[in-house]
Formats: sequence, structure tokens, C-alpha cells
Amino acid sequence: MKILVAIKQVPDTATQVKVGADGKAIDTAGITWIVSPYDEYAVEEALRIKEKRGQGEVVAVSLGPDRVKEAIRSCLAMGCDRAIHLNDPAWNDADTLTTAKALAAVIKQEAPQLVLCGRQAIDDDMGAVTAQLAELLGWPCAYWIMEETVDADGKSVRAARQAEGGLEVFDLPLPAILAAQKGLNEPRYPTLKGIMGAKKKEIKDVKAGDLGLGAEPPQLAVIGLEALPPRPPGRVIQGDVPAAVKELVRALREDAKAI
Amino acid sequence: MELDLTDEQRMIQAMAREFAETAIRPIAVEIDREARFPHETVKRMGALGLMGIMVPERWGGSGADTVAYVVAVEEIAKACGSHAVIMSVNNSLYCDPLLTYGTDAQRERFLVPVAAGQANGCFALTESQAGSDARNQATLATRDGDSYVLNGKKQFISTGREASFALVFGQTDRAKAHHGISAFVVEKGAPGFGVSKTEDKLGIRASDTAELVFEDCRVPAASRLGEEGMGFTIAMGTIDGGRIGIAAQAVGLAAGAYERAVAYARERKSFGVPIGQHQMVQWMLADMATAIDGARLLTLRAATLKDAGKPFGVAAAMAKLFAAETAMKATTDAIQVHGGYGYIREYEVERYFRDAKITQIYEGTSQIQKLVIAREVLGRTAGRSA
Amino acid sequence: MPNAFWCFVEDDRQGMPKKVMAEVLGEAARLAGGQPEAVWITDKASDAGLTQLGEWGAGKVWVLENAAFAPYRSEVWVGAAAELAAKESPRAIFGPVTSRQREFVARLAARLGVGLAADCVGFALEGDRLVATRPIYAGKLLAKVAWAKGPCVATLRPNVFRPADAQPGRTAAVERPAVSIPGATMTFVERREEAATGLPELAEAEIVLSGGRGMKAPENYVILEDMARVIGAAVGASRAAVDAGWRPHRFQIGQTGRTISPKLYMGFGVSGAIQHLAGMRTSKIIVAVNKDPEAPIFKIADYGIVADLFEVVPELTREFKRLLEK
Repeated sequence: MKILVAIKQVPDTATQVKVGADGKAIDTAGITWIVSPYDEYAVEEALRIKEKRGQGEVVAVSLGPDRVKEAIRSCLAMGCDRAIHLNDPAWNDADTLTTAKALAAVIKQEAPQLVLCGRQAIDDDMGAVTAQLAELLGWPCAYWIMEETVDADGKSVRAARQAEGGLEVFDLPLPAILAAQKGLNEPRYPTLKGIMGAKKKEIKDVKAGDLGLGAEPPQLAVIGLEALPPRPPGRVIQGDVPAAVKELVRALREDAKAI
Repeated sequence: MELDLTDEQRMIQAMAREFAETAIRPIAVEIDREARFPHETVKRMGALGLMGIMVPERWGGSGADTVAYVVAVEEIAKACGSHAVIMSVNNSLYCDPLLTYGTDAQRERFLVPVAAGQANGCFALTESQAGSDARNQATLATRDGDSYVLNGKKQFISTGREASFALVFGQTDRAKAHHGISAFVVEKGAPGFGVSKTEDKLGIRASDTAELVFEDCRVPAASRLGEEGMGFTIAMGTIDGGRIGIAAQAVGLAAGAYERAVAYARERKSFGVPIGQHQMVQWMLADMATAIDGARLLTLRAATLKDAGKPFGVAAAMAKLFAAETAMKATTDAIQVHGGYGYIREYEVERYFRDAKITQIYEGTSQIQKLVIAREVLGRTAGRSA
Repeated sequence: MPNAFWCFVEDDRQGMPKKVMAEVLGEAARLAGGQPEAVWITDKASDAGLTQLGEWGAGKVWVLENAAFAPYRSEVWVGAAAELAAKESPRAIFGPVTSRQREFVARLAARLGVGLAADCVGFALEGDRLVATRPIYAGKLLAKVAWAKGPCVATLRPNVFRPADAQPGRTAAVERPAVSIPGATMTFVERREEAATGLPELAEAEIVLSGGRGMKAPENYVILEDMARVIGAAVGASRAAVDAGWRPHRFQIGQTGRTISPKLYMGFGVSGAIQHLAGMRTSKIIVAVNKDPEAPIFKIADYGIVADLFEVVPELTREFKRLLEK
């Protein structure tokens, strides 16, 4: 079974992001880049499906500039068999729909039975690409999955998606697309052997033209970034615990009107 | 001169850092307090390939280089000095000589399981009267037909209690002094081989330090590493490589303490400002940062020379000397930055301080490193003037 | 009506719209300068629900009612919704951030070939152009975004927008358009309910209590749940507590969990790692209880108490009880 995993490179969660000079993108100086954490759940799940079935291929795909190679290599080190790098200035201002169109074109070429994505990339937090891919491909889709099982003959996948108050379990005929939620699995660390072997694996560079796509303006454009307004200064309530608690409740009730 | 890590080295560093942060740091306090060998994490390090980094895949290892080893040990040591020494002993003091001097049959049997992380190896050279003066071996290995009979005691053996394989040095020919020393691989459970005690230590408390006893312990001749009389050469060559590992451990301990000091200096306030705004604290942090970087560069240079197949003994001695001294100074100053809290176990910097002390002692004390360096310096000068 | 502001209805799966719809309808009315329209895709729309939507200000409710719409599947909803949108040409399409709408609305935007702004916290009309504000990097920054063409598709974060006041007697015109309903390929197997805590959903709750590493053990969350029952709060956790296995992942607040904006957030034994702060710093009022005076969370807290949470929590619960019994 061929499984394709779409991953994105994002700044590490500990990064203090700052607005860049153009006011529309972040200042990338000194940033540590990582594979978006939810995408790691997707990679791990794809590898587990392959291992459980004893055969198959896991292909990692990512869209972005040259630096993205590093994220791709860490997926190869984890165990993905090969990778495709969608790297073209035409995608510099890609919104979720542009990204989904590029990925959909690759998926049509590769024809995997299953596509896994993370629930959202932790940079723009849009969480839309999985659903938009499903739409462009005309595939069934399950969001925020907490568990999945591909049936023995590789014809369908049973997935449990997280909803308010419970899990909803569905059977999806393959090909299908799933978005991984935290808790689906515990991603492995790449082993040293995996890291050393990664450079022998293929990373195919793909341009928009290779997919028959041109440069289109994004449907959603960022017109500016801004820092959050600073919070008003707070106060530490002094006194012994009973007195401090009384004062806190009074303040929440009378000053903040929050209770 | 190339100062950038390769992609692979960077990824290994990132993996080691992530593993150290998530799997080792949370247990570091507890295993230190209880002096408990961290079996579970060491096993995981083995599965990740961290216990046989420089051994080719053919022999169960990861097929990476010494530079990768150095950056990985540093990351592990940042979280826990004990894990770092367990790793360093296995990689440098056991796998390295087995790879260099072992026959294919010996590598298959004694190296593959250890490099693959399924078992641990240790290095048994030191004796009560043979520390810095390692030539003075009292352990005897007497040839008897197809085997040798070992008698003697080995002291301060890192991982000695936990290891499944010990590389043991003993005298096969007393008359030849250190040219009569030979090396043997002895398996745990061999009749006559036992662990007589485990030391209660100041630092690296989760790594066991054991006394090994050999009483009429019969070792097959096939388990002798190298030729008879080659033992001392094997030991010295091995320790040169080991010093790179210990230098990396020292850099990691210094860097771990330093990172905590920086974080504390940003948060802790005195006289209305974070203490990092005070010049006295800034000076300490600046000195630490500079020395740590220097120690790291010396260590990487020694590793690079080793990877290039060039002589690296003096470079390793310099790296180990400077890194150990830096570790001691940086961990002392990290406590100073923390003030009274630094002296309290909860704040952890005191553990780095306790762990750092051993780096000035084992695998050649700082004084021995100076001896090695001075010998080279004087030898070279003499050569030029002659 | 062409150029209408549409609000996709989130319901309780029992025929009643959720309270968050008052916020979505309220914001849509403000932007429309008139009455927005509700679109309700459901297997059962109740009269009471329709009345409720009318009172919240919907001028019209499009009811797409069919058994095939439950349980929710994007492949079924999108076809029906897109057909209606093509006929009616709304100016904007809004929905609240909920488990199904975050998927459905994104898929609908792709079908319509337009941009999507997810999880918005503000809108403005700049001349004729609609501009949305949305947190990125889990709220470390705000992005202003605009659409190349309409309809402008967006989801709105709960607890942020001023809800419409319910005006009894105000009614909506109800229209039940005929739309074709696509066949489903996904088949429903079962729903596994979480053990009911009787507490509100984390993302929707107006008050959230959060326990961090200082909670020390999973069983200690009982004291937060006791307080939560008194004041009607949800109980969340920091990543440290979730990674330690003390709470299930769905309760995690922060960059790799839920991003929340409750009216009141109270953190107990939460140090305030950057990725946690990112997920809750847009809360209206922040209270921090931690015995470490240097904990970063105090930097953004409106009220702080430096003390052992195990002393503070029972006392606070008693005090809340006393207050609310009055």
C-alpha cells in the first residue's frame, strides 16, 4: 500500500516570533525549524501502517523553500521511503487553497491509497489543507483522528475522529484522507541508522510547471501582521491564603465582573 | 577550515537533544538521588544507535563519525552526566578497541550486541595500585593450554556492574613489564568473575562504578584481543579516544549548567531588575560562554583529526584538560549565579557541579593530560632545535 | 438574498442551535448592518431552534433538513451547501470553530474556489473590503487577512465576539430550499461517548481552570473539577501535565493543544511555558496561582497569588460557593 504524508516545516514551539521588515511575514532570523508536531503524528502513523502490513511505501511531500529539505530529511530519517519537495517561487504567497491544489496535483500523479496530514500546521493554524485536499480529490475525509485501522485487504480504513463529547467512528473507503490529532501515537525518534541512511533516499524537486500549475494570486492574502496588544499590568494579591482568596473573589466579582 | 556540522551530524545532535530533554531530564534528579542505573533509557539509547555510533553497520553500529559522537554526548550530558558517561564508556572504551583490534569472529560475538545496544561493555584497566600509573598491572593472566587463567582485582570500573562484557587487562609476561600486558574480553557470568562492590560516589551517581574480581577465571585464548603483549598499546590508544568522549561530557555538563544560569539570570530579580542586568553576573556568564565554546571547539578538532585518521592524542588531551577545567569552573559559577538556591538540590545545578568533578579525574587526571601535552611540546621543541 | 452574511448553524445534535451562534449572528449583523441569514444543515430542525435563531437576529433561516446530514460528513454537507451558495451568492459565509465546522467550512471554501480564514477573532470593513484578524503561531501574533473575491469564508472563535441579544418576538423567515444531496461514501460505525463530566467543553467554556505540573498527580485534578462544578468551568491542562499522562490530550491548552479565549482563565501550578501562554493569552481575565514567584505566567496575569495551590484551591472553592449561594 502506498501512503502519502503531507508535512510542513514550521518554527519550533519555543520560538518568540517577531514581525519581519515587510510587516507581512515573520522575521525568520535565528529560527529553529521543525516538522510541525501534528505532521509527525501523521508520519508515525503511516510508518506503523506500513510496518503492520509488512510492505508498502511511505512518501513524504512538503511545499516550501530550500530550507524545507531539512524537515523532509528528518521524515526520511524517521523511515519514509522517499520524498517530494514542492519548491517554486510561484508558491511563495501560497494560501491553503494554493497549497492544497499543488498537493492534489502530486497526489493525482502518485495515486496513493491513503493520505495522512497533521490536524493543522502550528504556524498559520489554519487547519484547512486536509479538508481542501479531500474536496479537490473528491475523497472521504476524517478530521482530528485519534485512532485508525486499515482493513486487511487495504480497501478501507476505520477512523475515530474527535468530536465534542466523544469519538465518532467511521469506515472510509480508500483512497481517503485523514488528519492526525495529538494522541494518535507517540512519534519515534529517528535512529542514527535512519539519519545516516536518509541521504541515500530520493528527494524529488517539483516545480509548479511540472504539475501543470501556474502562478495564481492567493485567494486569501495576508495584508499585515501585528504583535498582540500588551496585557494591562496585573497585581499579585498579598496576604495569607484565606485573605488573598477573599480578595481575589471580590476582585473577580466587583472589578473584573468575571464571575 | 570547516566549522559547520553536516546535515547528518546536525540531525543526530537534534535527535540526541530531543531525547535528552524528553526522556532523560525528567528522571535525572531521581536516578542521581537513588544512585540507580537507568536501564530503560540506556536501552532506548541503544535502540536509537547512540551506543555504537562510530561502529559500521556491518558490526551492529550506526556508521557515523566521531564528530557525530561528540555532539551527541554533549547533548546527553546537558541533561545528565551519568547517562553521558555510560554512553562514552560503551562507545569509546569498549566498541572502539573491539572494532580496531578485534578479529571478525570477535567482532561478531563481542561487538555486534554491544554496538547495537542490546548489551553494555566496560573497560577494566585501573587497579588500586595502577591508576595514573597504568603500567603497574598486578592482574595476572596465565596461559594454560587453550585458555588463560585470570587472577586479580580491577577498581573504579565504570558500568562494571551492569556490563555484559568486560575488556580486561592483565599481565601475561611479568618480565616484559608493560610490554607483557594483554587484553581479554570476559563475559559476565564466567566462573571466577564477580563484582565485589559498587562505590558510593560524589557525582555521576547513576552510572555504577564497580570493583571486579577475577579468581582463577578461565578465559579462552580466542577471547584475547590482539597479540600477547599488545595490551598496553590497546589501552593507551583506546584512552586517547575515550578522552574525546569525556571532553564532550564535560562540555555538556558545563553547557547544561550555563543554560540554567542564563535562564535564572533572566528571571530572578534583585534590586528591582533581573540579576542578568548586574555586571558581576554578566561577567560570569560571558566567561562561561567563552570557555565553553573554546572547550567545544577543541573537542570537535580532536574528533575531526580522529575521523581524518590523523594523530589526535595530544589534541584529545588538550580538549579533555580544557573541557574538564571549564566544566568545573562553569558549574561552580552556575551555582554562584543561583546564589543560595544553587546550593539546594531542587535547583539541579549542584548536580552538574558534583558530576563535573570526575571529568578532571577519570581517563587521565588533568595532571596526566598536562604531562601528555608537555611531553609533546618539549619533544617538538627539542626536535626543532636539534 | 444576494450579498447576505450567512451563518452556518452549529447545533447540539438535538435540534437546538448552540449558544455560540448568538456570537456568530451578532458579529454578522454588525458587519451586514442588517439581518444576517442562518443556514442550518441538520437531520432535525426544531421549531424552538428556529425561534431561537430568529430571536438572535437571523432575518432568514435556510433549513436543509435530511436524515443523510447526520452524523456529519463533509462530503455530504458540502455538496448541498455549495449548491445553495451558487444560487444565492452570499457575500460572506461564517461558522463557529467546532469540530465539524472547521472541516466543513474549509472544504466548502475549496469547492467555491475562495479563500478561508479560520479561527478569526475580529472583522472590520475597510471601505467595501472585509478584513479579518486571526491569531497565528497559536496567538503569538495576529494576522490581518483579506479575500481576493467573495464569498468571504471564515470561522469565528467562540467567546470572542459580542453575542446578539435575544429579542423575544423577533422571528426569522424560514425557507426550505430543494437541494440535491450527495451520496455518502463514509459509513458511520459508532459514537463513543466520553465519560460525562458534567462540565462544559474546553473550547466553548466561559471559564477555564487549568492545572499544570504543580498538580503533582492525576488524581489531584479532582479538586479543580470540584471548583469547576461550582462555577460552571471547564478543566484543562498544560502540555507538561498532558505529556506526563495526567490528563488526556483533548484537555491540553496551548500551541499543540487547544487555543482558548475564555472570559476567565485560572491557572493552578502552571508555570507558563511560551507555548501554553500562546494558547490562552487572549483570555479576558487571567488568574495565576503558583508557589514560584518567578513563574512566567505572572507576567501576563491580571491577578496572581503566590502560594501552594493545594491550600488555595479548596479555599477558593468554598469562597465561590459562598458567593454564588447568595
